Amino acid sequence: MNLSAKWKQRIAFSVLGLASIVVIVPVVVIFFILIEKGLPAINWQFLTAMPRMGMRAGGIFPAIAGTMYLVLGTIVVALPLGVLAAVYLVEYARQNWMTRMIEVAIVNLAGVPSVVYGLFGLGLFVIFLKFGSSILAGSLTLSIMVLPVIITASKEALSSVPQSFREASLALGVSKWQTIRCIVLPNALPGILTGTILGISRAAGETAPILFTVAAFYLPRLPKSLFDQCMALPYHLYVLSTQVPNVDPKIQYGTALVLVGLVFILNFLAIVVRAHIRGKKQW
Amino acid sequence: MVNLSENKIVTENLSVHYGTVRALKDVNLAVRTKEILGVIGPANSGKTSFLKALNRLNDLNPDCRVSGSIRIDGKDMNREMDAEDVRKRVTMVFALPLPLPMSIFDNIAYGPRRHGMKKRKELARIVEKSLRAAFLWDEVKDRLSSSAMKLSGGQQQRLCIARTLAVDPEVILYDEPCSGLDPISTAKVEEAMFELKARYTQILVTNNVKQAARVGDRVAFFLTGELVEVDEAKKIFTAPRDQRTNDYITGRFG
Repeated sequence: MNLSAKWKQRIAFSVLGLASIVVIVPVVVIFFILIEKGLPAINWQFLTAMPRMGMRAGGIFPAIAGTMYLVLGTIVVALPLGVLAAVYLVEYARQNWMTRMIEVAIVNLAGVPSVVYGLFGLGLFVIFLKFGSSILAGSLTLSIMVLPVIITASKEALSSVPQSFREASLALGVSKWQTIRCIVLPNALPGILTGTILGISRAAGETAPILFTVAAFYLPRLPKSLFDQCMALPYHLYVLSTQVPNVDPKIQYGTALVLVGLVFILNFLAIVVRAHIRGKKQW
Repeated sequence: MVNLSENKIVTENLSVHYGTVRALKDVNLAVRTKEILGVIGPANSGKTSFLKALNRLNDLNPDCRVSGSIRIDGKDMNREMDAEDVRKRVTMVFALPLPLPMSIFDNIAYGPRRHGMKKRKELARIVEKSLRAAFLWDEVKDRLSSSAMKLSGGQQQRLCIARTLAVDPEVILYDEPCSGLDPISTAKVEEAMFELKARYTQILVTNNVKQAARVGDRVAFFLTGELVEVDEAKKIFTAPRDQRTNDYITGRFG
């Protein structure tokens, strides 16, 4: 290797390293600011009480609970639907124009702006199916939004299960469905769950899809049924920041911190779940 | 006493195509009950295609087309049977050991469990019997619940044979089962095959001509998708009828 090649390599490595470091800077800065300005607001009352005085005081409990309901609803709808679709696409569907169309649709679905999902949910669930602005309509809208993420992650997880495992099972006269249930799915589970939780955590932070389908501006009580509106953290944050005058910035940052914290907990959960299943798996 | 000339599997004009490529041409071959049939031939001779046709693993490849007929005990396995039934009676041991990612016990019990066996005692009995038959029991009896992935290559391959035996097949296909094994492990696998002769019909595809001579009762020689000849192992290796067979076993080509 001559001198200039060495230098080129050194420069290349520095640029690559720098690019990686730049990635973590915004995360650290955002977290630092949120903790610095938001942490003083956070106490037991803030997390568990209803908002008071036009949201200028009190807690944000209904928004936390609302976001939890939406997350739960999204998991219930999107997880089975996404995993089943992925199993079909990976294990059963033949490669033809139909499956290619489905795959193109999934990729495009992932690229649709979230506000469009909101309008779609408004048109289909809220108005056409007459669910009204409700947890049901909101969860369904969020589900459609995260489906591409879940399907793509599940497909990758399923494809990464070695073909040889399938052959070993099929060669024993075990049926295809039993092979999928007993060999393929258990081994794909960590990947599926990781993808799902990451998708869901994104849904938890979205504002646009819930704007027209579920979110209540100010509702200082808990929803009573699936057909109730509810508050949600992202929308509540938007309202606090732009719609209500004279809000203590402490409350705004506190709300943001809770939202980010929630998303981080979900992501952390994904890591724990994956590590746990990997630990049980013996290869 | 079993009549050795009784045929277990009979193929008639068996051809296998992958897309437009013909991998196997009009093979007419009878596999006798409880014999070990060695199948030899150079790369691309169609021997693995032949093997995979015998338990319908070719079905998994959408490009693959099988024509002609294969009969097991007189029954056409492509027209009169489900693929699952065929594979339960005709199981396969692969070139690379393929333990499933679970414990040794669960690996062996996998087949019986899927076929509906739920009784723990009976499963334990099947597992022990299968492991003994594959000469693996003494080496693993104290760690049945540890991962099968931690076994050595030779042990894994015998585990795969044991797993195959656990579904109580009639025919066992081996696709170059010793290609990744050292000589001692190979000897153990061959020893297991000899023991299994009492109860099973076995077909061994191998790149190792000497192995076919050691283990096979009869040997079939394939070349470019055609069955050149099949005969008693002794005859093939001492006085083959076809010049091409002679060339191959003496290492003049292939």
